[in-house]
Amino acid sequence: MISRFSLLAAALGAALLAASARADDNTVTIGMILPMTGPQASTGKQERAGAELYIQQHGDTVAGKKIALVVKDDASAADVTKRLAEELIGNDHAAVLMGFGLTPLALAAAPVATEAKVPEIVTAAATAMITEKSPYIVRTSFTLPQASAPMAEWALKNGIKKVVTIVADYGPGVDAEKWFSDTFEKGGGTVAEKIRVPLKNPDFAPFLQRVKDDAPDAVFVFVPSGQGAVFMKEFVERGLDKAGIKLIGTGDVTDDDLLADIGDSALGAVTAHHYSADHDSPENKAFVAAFEKANNGMRPNFMAVGGYDGMALVYQALEKTKGDASGDALLAAMKGMSWMSPRGPVSIDPETREIVQNIYVRKVEKKDGALYNVEFATIPDVKDPYKAAKH
Amino acid sequence: MSAANPSATTRRLAAHLNRRARWRWPEILFWLAILAVIFAAPSRAAIINEVLIAGLFALSLDLILGLAGIVSLGHAAFFGLGAYAAAILASKGIADPTLGLVLGAAVAAVAGLATAPLLLRGADLTRLMVTLGVSLMLGELANRNGWLTGGADGLNFSIAPVLGLFPIGFTGQRNAALYSFAVLFILFTIARRLAQSPFGLALAAIRENRLRAGALGIDTSRRIIAIYVVAAAYAGAAGALLAQTTQIVSLDLFDFHRSADVMLMLIIGGAGYLYGGLIGASAFIVLRDVISAATPEYWEFWIGLALVILVLAGRERIGEAPRRLIAFFAPRAARRGVA
Repeated sequence: MISRFSLLAAALGAALLAASARADDNTVTIGMILPMTGPQASTGKQERAGAELYIQQHGDTVAGKKIALVVKDDASAADVTKRLAEELIGNDHAAVLMGFGLTPLALAAAPVATEAKVPEIVTAAATAMITEKSPYIVRTSFTLPQASAPMAEWALKNGIKKVVTIVADYGPGVDAEKWFSDTFEKGGGTVAEKIRVPLKNPDFAPFLQRVKDDAPDAVFVFVPSGQGAVFMKEFVERGLDKAGIKLIGTGDVTDDDLLADIGDSALGAVTAHHYSADHDSPENKAFVAAFEKANNGMRPNFMAVGGYDGMALVYQALEKTKGDASGDALLAAMKGMSWMSPRGPVSIDPETREIVQNIYVRKVEKKDGALYNVEFATIPDVKDPYKAAKH
Repeated sequence: MSAANPSATTRRLAAHLNRRARWRWPEILFWLAILAVIFAAPSRAAIINEVLIAGLFALSLDLILGLAGIVSLGHAAFFGLGAYAAAILASKGIADPTLGLVLGAAVAAVAGLATAPLLLRGADLTRLMVTLGVSLMLGELANRNGWLTGGADGLNFSIAPVLGLFPIGFTGQRNAALYSFAVLFILFTIARRLAQSPFGLALAAIRENRLRAGALGIDTSRRIIAIYVVAAAYAGAAGALLAQTTQIVSLDLFDFHRSADVMLMLIIGGAGYLYGGLIGASAFIVLRDVISAATPEYWEFWIGLALVILVLAGRERIGEAPRRLIAFFAPRAARRGVA
């Protein structure tokens, strides 16, 4: 009788133990923590598909080691991210952590990476200061200053003198606002108004009315990629396009994944970003074709490329260390690594562990009946200006 | 009422309450089993810690929902408030966990006291709206005041060892689980005592029929406010524990899904007998962990299916199921009224 009651607890304990798997010495486990459910689910989907495509194309063995990818869903809750990071390292013996859909999620895992000496590859989150929070963080996505400052430079050279900025009110938005405005004002432009909209469930209509009243040459926008469709629709409905106000921004607002849903209201928007599915290179053509084939025709966006390059970085680091998967060896191998990505040539800055890449200025155009961000100017080898300003 | 002999009635009542308040061996075993799991599965300490904290949070909801019949869809407000209070204290350099825990509970209790009068008006639907509204407001306040809370980026901080002896963190995961266990056990003991006191009986009367309880001479408003403040403090303590053991807070602490999840846990485990929250929290989190490891994209579907089956299998039995389980495993104790 006594033991029967404690069965309850014993059964729970057994379930917990059973859930923890063991890896052998010849396997390198990569723990990928992503938001696979909830509002950020599209990020997780693209990231995972990108990472899996790389493994599919390059085989699951590198330098004599077998690669095992374990994907976990944190549903965008930071405390869950942290627990998953601890468990992936402690139980699954993960040699690398990867993913991280939002800034607080990347920061939640930072102390774990530092303490366990395991590289944390950020393939999505884009606030500039993330890589400073642990010497083990490496980034393969981008930073908002990296895309915003070039956008300002392009605007200055192309007859735009007065701008209103609209950004989502959180870390990445503040980054985008600061680096666009500072660069633009330094070059002689005027920022008439800096508007911040709430991150959750924003209604852009009243803000866009204010923009219209200011009558600027252009409005610079950063919203997280999922909100691009709503913003674009309001922009056209309020008649800002007819009032001659140009739309410029970082590439999040014309995300490849959503461009078809946004529709023709996106036509003519000029954005600066590190990746477009339309990028003209043999590497990208092969990548897009393989990605669409593996994912029922889903078009890859910059998140997919972040996951793909995160995996590329791990493979190349393992080759360089000849299969040594210890954290410090991998980290040392990753620093200064350069390769040809679908987005163009990229490298990891050995000092800041931040990706160095081309930033492209693109315009939304119709090609063969579908909307694309068509690149027309390239700013080569852009380092994250936030860290460059500090050094 | 035997008004002719009140002292005899009171004596009988006191004896009854004392008998009910005695610890039964299945309960002792339950707690020992949790301790055993913490020591037997060190590699799973992080998730055990999460279960214990969720259990404390569900216990807090049980205090108002199970004991007094007050529904809330915004219990995450107190959870988040406690977490942020502990986090902000630690980020200002006062990293002692005990102090942070007390502060988290105290801040949540004050917020509970401030919002409790809103609960006295209106019925269940009004309460759902009011509690939901309060948690939305607090979430937005945390978002707006980034200088203090870190805004949407969250707040990272480090924490001193518990009692100056036991470090918690990546290498101290078991210490974190033991810390949460100790806090949960102490607070559970107090809650158990409360439930089996005359105060607890008064709450039961209010839950069954507030008008009649009032007619019996119970000051229903004060009782409701009192239990609401206690529950808020418990939720605050749970939030502080989560903040301290994960050393990060972010805005999702105030999210609606936290309030909904804790309600689910309590429904799974059964409301009104205090162990329901703990059992529901373990079932919910272990189930989520196992299913989402197998299918990270679609686990919500399977959890949903499990809940629907649970409800269809016996809606009226949900509250009874754990009691029956106890009755099955330990019939004698169940008859004596442990549950």
